[in-house]
Formats: sequence, C-alpha cells, structure tokens
Amino acid sequence: MALFILRRLGAAVIVLFLGSVLVFLGVRALPGDPARVLAGQEASPEAIAAIRHDYGLDRPLPVQYAQWVGKALTGDFGRSTQDRLPVAHILTQRLPVTIELSVLAMIVAIGIGVTAGVVAATRRGRFADHVATGFGLVGLSVPHFWLGILGILLFSVRLHWLPASGYVPFTGDPGGNLERMLLPALVLGTGFAAVLMRQTRSAMLESLSADYVRTARAKGLPERSVVGVHALRNSLTTVVTVLGLQLGALISGAVVTEQIFVIPGFGKLTVDAVVTRNYPVIQAVVLVTVAGYIAVNLLVDLAYGVLNPRVRLTGVADG
Amino acid sequence: MSERLMSEHSLLEITGLRVGFDTEEGRVQAVRDVSLRLERGEILALCGESGCGKSVTAMSIPRLLPPETTRLSGSIRLDGRELTDLPESALRAIRGKDVSMVFQEPMTSLNPSFTVGFQIAEVLRRHEGMSRTAARSRAVELLELVGIPAPARRVREYPHQLSGGMRQRVMIAIAVACSPRVLIADEPTTALDVTIQAGVLDVFRDLRDRLGTAIILITHDLGVVADVADRAVVMYAGRAVEEASVTELYARPRHPYTAGLMRALPSAAVTGEDGRRRLTEIPGLVPPPFEDPDECAFHPRCPRAREDCTATRPALEAFGTGHRAACFHPLSTAAGGDA
Repeated sequence: MALFILRRLGAAVIVLFLGSVLVFLGVRALPGDPARVLAGQEASPEAIAAIRHDYGLDRPLPVQYAQWVGKALTGDFGRSTQDRLPVAHILTQRLPVTIELSVLAMIVAIGIGVTAGVVAATRRGRFADHVATGFGLVGLSVPHFWLGILGILLFSVRLHWLPASGYVPFTGDPGGNLERMLLPALVLGTGFAAVLMRQTRSAMLESLSADYVRTARAKGLPERSVVGVHALRNSLTTVVTVLGLQLGALISGAVVTEQIFVIPGFGKLTVDAVVTRNYPVIQAVVLVTVAGYIAVNLLVDLAYGVLNPRVRLTGVADG
Repeated sequence: MSERLMSEHSLLEITGLRVGFDTEEGRVQAVRDVSLRLERGEILALCGESGCGKSVTAMSIPRLLPPETTRLSGSIRLDGRELTDLPESALRAIRGKDVSMVFQEPMTSLNPSFTVGFQIAEVLRRHEGMSRTAARSRAVELLELVGIPAPARRVREYPHQLSGGMRQRVMIAIAVACSPRVLIADEPTTALDVTIQAGVLDVFRDLRDRLGTAIILITHDLGVVADVADRAVVMYAGRAVEEASVTELYARPRHPYTAGLMRALPSAAVTGEDGRRRLTEIPGLVPPPFEDPDECAFHPRCPRAREDCTATRPALEAFGTGHRAACFHPLSTAAGGDA
C-alpha cells in the first residue's frame, strides 16, 4: 500500500512538471502583452521596456521558466502584476472560498444524487423512479449560469429568502457565510446530483439483482439493511468514480458560479487574471488546480481500497 | 380440523401448492399442485430436471420470490402455523431464524464487501439480539462447526480469500447460526468440484445428527440423494410424480421417469455394442410451462405410455408404506426392469 502511494506520488510529480510547462507556454501564447496592459494605452516604449525588465519578461523563456519554478518550489509564486501583492498571499485568501463552495456543492450532489438514485432503483418503473429520472435529465441539461440566474430571480428578487450575491468569510460570520453560499452550492451541486443519480441508480439496480442481496433477504434482514448496507456498499465504488471524474467539471462549474454570485474565489480570480494577462496569477492558479486534481484522484484510488477489499489486497500484493 | 387437533403434525406440511409467475408472454405455472411433508430431523431430497419446479417450491416456503409477479396459492404450514398469509414483516422474522437457505452459487451468494465474520454475525444480531462481540465469537464457533480450519483467522477474511467449498461452508454457517427448524439447500454442491462435494454433504449430515435440523435438499443429482437423503420426492413439470424413502426408491422405482433418471446415473451406465460404457438418456424435452393439458405430462417421453395416459392425469397412488407414484403403468420390478 505504501509503495502504491509512493508510486502515485512519483507520477504526480511528472504530471505537475508537464502541467507547469504547459501553463507557462500557454500563458505566453495568449495574445496581448502584460507590460502593455500595465503601462496603459499612452505609455512610451521606454516605460513598457522598463516594466518588461522589472518582471523579467525580457529574458529568454527557459530562464523565465527556471526562475519561476525555482521560486514556486519554495512557495513563492511571484507578485501579481495588477496589485503587486504576493501571489501566494492571494491564493491563501481565495482558495478556501472555492474549496468551501466545492465541498458544499459536493454535499448537495451526494445528498440529492445518491438518495434519489437509491430511491429510483428500489422503486424501478414506478412513480418515484420516473420523477427522479426526469429530474436527472433536467439537471444534466440545464447550464449553471441559467440555473444561477433563475435561482437569484426566485429566491432573492421575488421571495427575498437569500442574498443575491456577495461573500462573507466563514470565520467572521458562519451564519451569513452559509446563507450566501447556499444558493451557489445548490446551483453548482444540481448538475452533479443529476450525474450521480443516474450512475447510482444503475449501480444499485445491478447490486439489487445480485445473489448476495437474495442471501441478505434470506437472512431475514429488514429491507433498509438489504438496500442500505448490502446493495449500497457495493454501489459506492461507482459513486466515488463518478465524483473523481466530475472534479474537472466541478472546477469549471465553480468558475462560472463564482462569476454569477460575485464570490471572490479561485474561479473569479482565474477569469480576472486572464482578462488582465496577469501571468504569475494564471500560472499559479492552474498549477494549484492541477495539484488539487491529482490529490483528489489519489484520494479516489485510496477510497477504492477501502470500499473494495479485493483492490486493497491486490495493492498489497503489488508492493 | 381433526388433523390439527392431532399433536403429531409434521414439521412442515405443504398442501396443494401452486406457484405461477406473470411474464410478458403470459402466466408461467412453475409449480402445479404440490403436496409434501417434512418430518423433524429428516433430510428430504427434492429432485428432478431443471425447470421441474423444485427450487420454486422451496423458495415459496420463506416466500423469497419476487412479490410483484408471483401468484401463489395453497397451504404451507410450519409446525402447524400457516405461512402463506403472513405479512412480509412476520416472514422476515422467520427467514434466517426458523427457515434458512443455502444457495447454489457460493461464489456470488456472499457479499464481497464484508468479512465472513460480519456476514455470520449479522444474522445473529438480527434474530438473537446478540451484541457485536458476542456474535463475533459465536461466528468463530460456527465456522468451526462447519469444518473450516483456523476459524479465528478466517472470520476476518473476505469471501474472495476463500475457496468455493469454504464459501459454501460459510453459507451453511450463516444458515444454521440461529438453529433453524428447516434448512433449505438449493443445489448446494452443484457448483463445487466433485472432491469438495462429499465434504459439504458431510456437513449437512453432521448438522442433522448433531442439531436435529430438518433439511430439504434440492438437487438434480440422484447420486447426492442416495448419499445423504432419507426420503425423496421426484418432481416433473411442476408436480410430484413419485415419493418414497431413498432405499425404497432405489430398490423399486415405480414411475418411468424416476427409473429413467436412475439409468442416467454414471453408476448405471450400460455397456454398448462397441464395448464402451454409455449413459442412458431420457429422450425428448420437458413440456413448456404455459400449457397444462389434462394428461400425464411425461407421456411424450415415456417408454411405457399408452392411450389412457393422454385421457386424464394420473394421481399419486400408494405402493406400499410411504411410497407413492403418479403413473397408470408403473414399473413393477427393480430398476431398469421391462421399460
């Protein structure tokens, strides 16, 4: 098991390196010059050249890359070209906001999606199944931005139940924070709930027809144990897989959702940074996202081992 | 009523059982009017070809059939208590406690995600109200009872770490955990290697001798019947066609179908003209389960069939003590007689 994790960490280093090269080159392939953006429309060529030198943009690309990576390894991602703040400092402010939004959206997705999937499977072909499947289809088809706008119109403008936008830190005002995060989390979570519902439903249908479920019934277990323990446990592998696969979609969904609800998270930071050609911020944001993606996928693989004893033992035998 | 007043009713009495399933092609009648008894401490074999209704008959007892599509009528009495009109909740209290089951497929009948100890302890906690730790230590004892070596270690293992024979022993341990009055074993050795089969059958015999568990053994293998059963009921096309003690059945089969099954046994192989020993098969196929004309269902395949076999259906008739067969032209001599 230890070797398995070690091997995965080694692979993670390679992926991170490739990711860093890609983002470094990608950012520079973008049309537009950050020095020109900073200096303004009327700036003289000398002023622009000074800014370029100031940020090290006049040096050869390999040198720029080596300097960036070298500093990044020590936690120094440079300074934002917009406000001269250390990028690392910006990240520590923005990252928790997006993580909170993602975790809340995940909770919404798992709560609604897995429950609806289990109910749909146990009542296959009946009314509850049709309602859940219909909900799943709608949830899959509706884009985040439209659902977000609709949610604001209904819950904020018409019903005045929830604030339309804005953010307060959880540490300062937990109630106000959750009040403002509820609608964004629902909007972001709905699409994933739909995906999870469909996958959970089909996995549960398979589990429920398995011989071990018949054994569980023959033991005289109540239906809630037959479904909730014996069948669900064997369907969770699917749920975890879907969660891992959907992480990329969750991040891009967070970008859109944060824009709509004006939440100062990672998504909004990314969009703002791209618009202003803020190289250090874009690079750091993408690199941290890649690292997060790798970390979650590693967690998913470890979860397989917990959920499926056969995987656990193969891992041990391998290493 | 007079029967009920008699204190000596059988442990299990099935009377006039009919079980059908609604399918898209219509009603499939799997069991048509089966009556049988199971005495305390008895091993009763239910035998016949695939689709003869033996498994459905057995599954009807704890009613482990899909409720939406199953149409069941008749009477099933356990110790005088009628089971067919019990609600689901009362049946759940009986399943695994008074009536337990061992299935054919040991590879898939255990849940791959839980240790065998958990799966044994679960039924003890459900029916005996045992604590987690008490159930766990009882699980070790049960594994020992069914002949699993190093039970204290095995109890922590997952099903995939055990061989097929071991898994079937675990299934039996689950089934006998609450000392059931009736243990139903549906083809328990069919999926196992021949060398493993005998060991598993020994477990059944041992449980009957030590715990007095009455066992219904469903099998198509007459060799297994001869090995462990006391009495056998032979089924064909949803009906019982012959019933006798095993010694009587092997010595004097009356129904041509029973005699045919015995000739199909490897031990009964005959030496052909080319000097090679070959099995005798029963020609033809089992009739489709949709129709049920008033005639002997076996007549198209029967070497003794005459005109009266299609006129009406033969009823079970007594041929000596405890021996009954449903045939107008039964065999009168020993197996393999003048068929």
